[in-house]
Amino acid sequence: MAVPILKQGPFLIATIQAALTDTDVLQLQDDVMTQVTRHRSRGIIVDVTALDVMDSFVSRSLRGIAMMTRLRGAQTVIDGIQPEVAFAMVQLGMNFEDVQTALDLEEGLALLQTQEGPGNGAT
Amino acid sequence: MPPDLEERIAIESDNDVVTARQRARELAARLELTSTDQTLLATAISEVARNITTYATRGEVLLSIVREAGPPAREGIRVVARDRGPGIADLDLAMQDGYTSGGGLGLGLPGARRLVDEFDIETAPSVGTTVTLVKWSRAR
Repeated sequence: MAVPILKQGPFLIATIQAALTDTDVLQLQDDVMTQVTRHRSRGIIVDVTALDVMDSFVSRSLRGIAMMTRLRGAQTVIDGIQPEVAFAMVQLGMNFEDVQTALDLEEGLALLQTQEGPGNGAT
Repeated sequence: MPPDLEERIAIESDNDVVTARQRARELAARLELTSTDQTLLATAISEVARNITTYATRGEVLLSIVREAGPPAREGIRVVARDRGPGIADLDLAMQDGYTSGGGLGLGLPGARRLVDEFDIETAPSVGTTVTLVKWSRAR
């Protein structure tokens, strides 16, 4: 199931709506990179509230999105990691330290806007 | 007491990996495992089932309920993930954090072991690999 990506001003918002297969995750990586380039986006939010499992493949792929978009000059925030999922990721041994996270979509947007700064092109 | 087989899920594609962990979560919910334990189990299954699609192409996941008369009596879920793939040449190495021969993070097997209560693996080159996981419901 494809993940819809919405453009909101200088940002993109990708909302994951159901369990992701590996194919879906790779598709999301491609789609985000395409859209970041097309819209010259400054920030990306990936909302994972609906994910009940983030195994090593999904975690690595989301981290990959953050790394790739950073190379394009855009910041990625992952929001909505569920408490149980966070617990499992730590037990699993996932290193997510270099990835920006936020509690929910609202806080994710606020974080990106802070980084964007006033008068920094967010029209 | 022999475990009661509840379900067999053929693992041939990444869709089947998702199915296996969803079925296990349903079973875990039935046994009243905590929400956190359901997630830990589902994540562990995702890791071992993905190993099947990555290294062996196809295999299966068997879910069963295990019971111990005790005391204290307890119930749990046993997951057997098995394939007739190439097997693991160096098991000690494969159980180390960060070692991978498949391009991943090398967290699959050692990570899965940390997520469950019991973990066992049998493997032989060109015979295949069987991973057995057990998650017990917590005493309440």
